[in-house]
Amino acid sequence: MNTVIQAVHRMAPAGGDPTPRSLALRFARVLAILVPVLLASVALALWMGSRHIDLEALRFDPLARMLFFRLRLPRVVMAALIGSSLAMAGAALQALFRNPLADPFTLGVSGGGALGASIAIALGWGVRVSGVPLLFVASFAGAMATLVLVHQVAQTGAVVLPGALLLSGVVVNLVASAAVLTIQYLAEPTRALQILRWMIGSLDVVGFDTILRMLVFLVPAWIVLLAFSRSLHLLAIDEDTAATLGVNVRRSEIAVHALCALIVGVTVAVGGCIGFVGLIVPHAVRLLFGEDLRIVLPGSFLLGAAFLVAADTLARTALGSTELPVGAVTALLGGPAFLWLLRRRQRYSAL
Amino acid sequence: MSGIPLLEVREVHFGYRPGVPVVCGASLGVPRGTMCAIIGANGCGKSTLIRLMAGVLRPAAGEILLDGSQLRSIPARELAKRIAYVPQSTPMAFPFTTMEVVLTGRTPHAPRFRFESKRDCEKARDALAMVDALHLSSRRVTELSGGERQIVALARALAQEPHCLLLDEPSAALDLKHRAALIRTLARLRDDRGLTAVVVTHDLNLVDPAFDSVFALCCGAVAASGRPAEVLQRDVLAAVYDDSYIRTRRIESRTLVWSESR
Repeated sequence: MNTVIQAVHRMAPAGGDPTPRSLALRFARVLAILVPVLLASVALALWMGSRHIDLEALRFDPLARMLFFRLRLPRVVMAALIGSSLAMAGAALQALFRNPLADPFTLGVSGGGALGASIAIALGWGVRVSGVPLLFVASFAGAMATLVLVHQVAQTGAVVLPGALLLSGVVVNLVASAAVLTIQYLAEPTRALQILRWMIGSLDVVGFDTILRMLVFLVPAWIVLLAFSRSLHLLAIDEDTAATLGVNVRRSEIAVHALCALIVGVTVAVGGCIGFVGLIVPHAVRLLFGEDLRIVLPGSFLLGAAFLVAADTLARTALGSTELPVGAVTALLGGPAFLWLLRRRQRYSAL
Repeated sequence: MSGIPLLEVREVHFGYRPGVPVVCGASLGVPRGTMCAIIGANGCGKSTLIRLMAGVLRPAAGEILLDGSQLRSIPARELAKRIAYVPQSTPMAFPFTTMEVVLTGRTPHAPRFRFESKRDCEKARDALAMVDALHLSSRRVTELSGGERQIVALARALAQEPHCLLLDEPSAALDLKHRAALIRTLARLRDDRGLTAVVVTHDLNLVDPAFDSVFALCCGAVAASGRPAEVLQRDVLAAVYDDSYIRTRRIESRTLVWSESR
């Protein structure tokens, strides 16, 4: 009997390497892998298109130049901006809510932003107040209101119920898209068309004006959100523990809410609702590089850009000369990924 | 017991909702370098009290003093170097590795925009070794059992190198061997490093003689306090738990407590 017990004890699970690989090394590895991936994706996107662009022709052909610098390059840059923004916001929201299925789209934040933006379009608020486009403001307000709303609905005491969070996100999305549809019916035809085009989520852009205007908001928001990565890392593990480790939970919560709403609002105002980028990209980064948020956030930023640039290239070229909306491509890829995650997480997550 | 207590709770009141007080007028003092147990029936405010002491919650009235200064006036990061708190259970949404979780305990000691140093990793490993859990270090916390996860949370708190450790039912999910091992580890840290520990527990059989003092909570206030042998008396416990079936017996230097089930 005794020998059996001893044998069982010897069979106890082996520990593996107790030396953790240094985070700095892991971070360097992320950069070394993802930066080339992003560059490759951008190069491919610039090269491929409905019209082949000859590098030689760029030197002397004004039409090729126009096509490349006014249409294709801005579009690729726009895809990169929106992809990195959505992916990083998704990673941050997942950590904040301790919910692996959270992302700007599933939480209804994109939908709320879209509603705000379509109200602005319908009312003809194309104007800017001291340089700030009202469209951005309306979209940010919609996104922020949604985030606060779903958080309030899902929170009971100190716990945010993961299922309730996602369900309220779904409902907000449905209500918001119904409202957008209603507004579209009521709006005058030219504006209605504008709303429709933008609702599908497309990255059509001419020149760099819009991009520069977005960057004014996005760059500071990215930087501040990255500065919160350690707090988010602790919050992703446990809220009370994070509080006793020196994180100001309330302040981090408000800041991450506002930053994500700003990032999502600005991208939705320009690119419409592009779903699931904020869901699949952070999970891919986790699978590749581990769970530490100080790696997941910047990793999602890089991979998100690469992913949406690639998805947009696919949308532009898959059907020959007919263009697919990029939102359709990401949803076709992201929907199944969501279901797969849901199935996988059931094992240990209370949903 | 010398001078001012390390952690002192004075007439503290708290409720999660207005009109429903959970802690009402609790007062207690935890001397430096001692182990204190907080006992009491379910729902009597033990967990809330320890969360107040950890600074997770703010008292509605009364004050909590650490080293003689107001808990709320101490910056969060400074406080994190002095007090570590282990919640009752930590559900995990993401498959962090054990080492990643334990390393978070080094946060108060590391600059904000720097990754953990080699020294931090060594400290984290020491902490895991201290609770005999080095073999878990590369496992995913989502795949650990409840008891193993509690041990990991304890290692995280130890990696924090606090002066004072606040544990909320640390032994609840532990087996026979690990319950006793936990108490022995705490006692060793108290004797070797002067660590102060406050432990909320239902495990009354482990209290005497390992702990230095016991506070019995009843309806959000301290109903009895003293050395374990003084508090673990049949009449005292019968009143605290409102249970006439409670029996106690002293065997050698320890006190056994049970409630008659027949």
